[in-house]
Amino acid sequence: MSVESAEVPGKRSRRSAPQTNPDGTPTVRRPTGRAAELGLLILVAIIVTSALALVELNQNRALSLALLWYGLAFFVVFGVAHLIVRSIARYADPLLLPLVALLNGLGLVMIHRLDLANTAKALRAGDDLPSPIAPTQLVWTGVAVAFFLVVLMVIKHHSTLQRYTYTLGLASVVFLAVPAVLPARFSEVNGAKIWIKIPGAFSIQPAEFAKIGLIIFAASFLVAKRTVLSTAGKRVLGLVLPRARDLGPLLIAMVVALGVLFMGKDLGTALLLFSVFLVMVYMATGRASWLIIGLLGFAAGAYIAYREFSHVRLRVDIWLHPFADPSNTGYQLVQSLFGLGTGGIFGTGLGAGRPDLVPFANTDFITAALGEELGLVGLTAILLCYLLLGARGLRAGLAVKDNFGKLLAAGLSFSMVFQVFVVVGGVTRLIPLTGLTTPFLSYGGSSLLANYILIALLVRISHSSRMPVERPAPPPAPLNEAMTEMVPIGDLRGGTA
Amino acid sequence: MNRTLRKVGIAMIVLVVALLGNLTYNQVVMADRYRQDPLNQRILFEEATRLRGQITAADGTILAKSVPSDDQYRYQREYPGGSAYANLTGYYSLRYGPIGLERSQQDILVGDDPSLLGDRVQDFLTGRDPRGGNVELTILPAVQQVAYDELTAKGYTGAVVAIKPSTGEILALVSTPSFDPAPFASHSEAVQKKAYNALVPARDPDPLTNRAVTNLYPPGSTFKLVVAAAALNAGMTPDTSVTSSATITLPNTGGATLSNFGRESCNGQVGDVTLTEALAHSCNTAFAEVAMSLGADAIRNQAIALGMDSTESNIGLRVSASTTGEMADQAAVAQSGIGQRDVVTTPLESAVIAATIANNGVRMTPHLISRVTAPDLTTVSQTEPEVANPDAIKASVAEQLKAMMITTEDATPGAGQIAGLEIASKTGTAEHGTDPKNTPPHTWYVAFAPAKAPTVAVAVLVENGGDAGLDATGSKVAAPIGRDVLKAAVAAQAAGG
Repeated sequence: MSVESAEVPGKRSRRSAPQTNPDGTPTVRRPTGRAAELGLLILVAIIVTSALALVELNQNRALSLALLWYGLAFFVVFGVAHLIVRSIARYADPLLLPLVALLNGLGLVMIHRLDLANTAKALRAGDDLPSPIAPTQLVWTGVAVAFFLVVLMVIKHHSTLQRYTYTLGLASVVFLAVPAVLPARFSEVNGAKIWIKIPGAFSIQPAEFAKIGLIIFAASFLVAKRTVLSTAGKRVLGLVLPRARDLGPLLIAMVVALGVLFMGKDLGTALLLFSVFLVMVYMATGRASWLIIGLLGFAAGAYIAYREFSHVRLRVDIWLHPFADPSNTGYQLVQSLFGLGTGGIFGTGLGAGRPDLVPFANTDFITAALGEELGLVGLTAILLCYLLLGARGLRAGLAVKDNFGKLLAAGLSFSMVFQVFVVVGGVTRLIPLTGLTTPFLSYGGSSLLANYILIALLVRISHSSRMPVERPAPPPAPLNEAMTEMVPIGDLRGGTA
Repeated sequence: MNRTLRKVGIAMIVLVVALLGNLTYNQVVMADRYRQDPLNQRILFEEATRLRGQITAADGTILAKSVPSDDQYRYQREYPGGSAYANLTGYYSLRYGPIGLERSQQDILVGDDPSLLGDRVQDFLTGRDPRGGNVELTILPAVQQVAYDELTAKGYTGAVVAIKPSTGEILALVSTPSFDPAPFASHSEAVQKKAYNALVPARDPDPLTNRAVTNLYPPGSTFKLVVAAAALNAGMTPDTSVTSSATITLPNTGGATLSNFGRESCNGQVGDVTLTEALAHSCNTAFAEVAMSLGADAIRNQAIALGMDSTESNIGLRVSASTTGEMADQAAVAQSGIGQRDVVTTPLESAVIAATIANNGVRMTPHLISRVTAPDLTTVSQTEPEVANPDAIKASVAEQLKAMMITTEDATPGAGQIAGLEIASKTGTAEHGTDPKNTPPHTWYVAFAPAKAPTVAVAVLVENGGDAGLDATGSKVAAPIGRDVLKAAVAAQAAGG
């Protein structure tokens, strides 16, 4: 696991520096990782195209050359992204883009596969054919990759974001609150009032974007208040309690955000934001007392919510006893478990299962669909991709020099892994089910767009962290720091004696 | 800050490991339970994609088979025998589930039966698609087809059962009206729905009812065979004198009477007639008096020895229990003695009674399934003839009954007598319904042939007088069908060895 062995910048430059030009002078060139990125992207395109071919074969559809074109188009989208990253963020971590492309591609394949199942179902029932949604998701992928590039181009260095700390914080909270004040027909889908619906055009899930804005806000705010937060405060029972005024703006943002989400029944995002805030405060201050306070507060809040809100109670009851009412309230979870159980260790094979029996298989329950057809083995690989994404993001945070970059990278990485934990945990009955999308896999433009923006920020930070320090000519060691022994100049410069 | 970042990295690993642990629990530990849960529709779909075994008749004629189809179910179920065998095969519908033998032999046909475990393991190891076992019936198509054609030619609602007396093998089991099982096995839900809606909503007569084994009918005069057996067993002889009066008064009923057919004296005679004559001319008054003199217990014991008053049985199809009813007082015994009141039998049971007389009083357990074979056609199990009651009727009594039935056949009018084939028979014309005198009677014909060395026993039932209305009698409506079936059976057995 790379987090444990993560290298600090000093170590890295020592390993990669000793390269010399033909004339014996040292260079500051170091591998950018771009070649590795291109190679991995080609591999991803092959995997995704093969997955698509498997679906078509298992669904007894004719294999056509069109598949190759789809694979090629998929590769071209990410190839273009690769070329642009090459020019504007050439030291970016080479794993981030291929991992995202892989998850995005597998999501597309599964959404397409569910389209086929829904069409077959409609044919059998003699109903009108549903319009497939994979093409829509494909368009959103293109748009999201474009957004990814735009963010990379606009934000030349992540530190510029610090200038907009409060603007971003306020805008995010307001954006988040919009669905709550909109009339239900503009904001409610399946009982959750968390959307902004523009009739006839599209729907936006503001929480996906607000999440990122709030993480940037929190990172910037905490870095500014870091010293005072970690030193001042009263000591009670061995815990150093913070002063409320130091945390004021963050507390306000958090309370408003959580309140809005809770009333909109978006428990998943509420849980996600709360946890990410808590972890970021802990990272900024290094104080475990914050975690304990936060967890106690969470326990109390969860208990009150369970007592007072029927929709919370229902979720918990379903989680504890999914088979109590398997054809009504427990239906989704029971179907999800059936899918996972039927898939077993190796899965039924892509296109050979019945993931369409699980409701919302292409959004909230897409991991259940993948678990059925790819089995424990496939789902493990997918979860490890997320862990790897999180680890590479965290590694960028460890390596970058400024604290804001550290906290932002770690906050974004943790938020992604935690989101996966909340949604997959819910679908597999580890924790109560709360609606959240699975980053990059689930159908949905907002989710895709927001997560590509998140990745763009991580790419930007990783670029800063891996970029070699500009040393036009290594300054000669000041005399007073020079060693007392006689050393040939060439040795200092890395030449061989 | 890197210290806390690393701790968050460990937290991310813990989260993902928790997910993986829980997934392993669901997809490995609980997998079988989820997979086999009856609420999991995937089983039905999975089975539908297996190569289901065949159902064949005794001569190898295929009644149900699966052929490759180029859709997601991979195999299409077909019923070459069509509606003549639909009451046996039933159908295998993805929407409505299987019925008939498709349902009762489900485990064998899909290969889940423990006896086919070896074949499943072999299929798994060789990577071959799992296949189901085959079910071979005792049915002779030549007999079944004749019975079905004769019943349907005149649009009769009824049933025919033919049994080989020495073994209990069911040679024909027909119920009309029938239905075409093919559309139920269609992969189009619309076609299935249409077929179902055409049959199910309160159709009268209901084509899905298996009249040969499910419905219970008053046996009428055919039950006189049971009373005669009891009488001979109690010491009477075929020559014992019995009454020939046209009408008798039932005891303790305040003057209710019981009369002969057409209110005539027995065979137009004055005074007494012999038991043989009474049976040959189906004299009600004689048998009512004989029944009263024997008493309820003697009649019931004889009926039980012949297979009535047991619990529901199963020959691969559910068989309703025939019964003599309560017979609470002498009036009831008198009415029961002529197969009315609460006496009801299935056509199968009526055929068993005839077969037992034919088999010298040894009652064989009727069976429909002769053999179960593995996918490679090796025998998995074979049904051996089973004696249900070695002494249902004393051999000497059976001999006397045979002779009486030959006389009866000779005295019975109606078409279809066959030169060179001696038949022993008894007809029945049973009143039923709330207004019996104005409801066309159910007509019966039970017989066996060749009378001296029987190879087939038959029971024919035609509901509601067939096409003869109120004037219908067993000899007019049912007997011609029965004789043709006997002829076909004798011929088929001669041809088949």
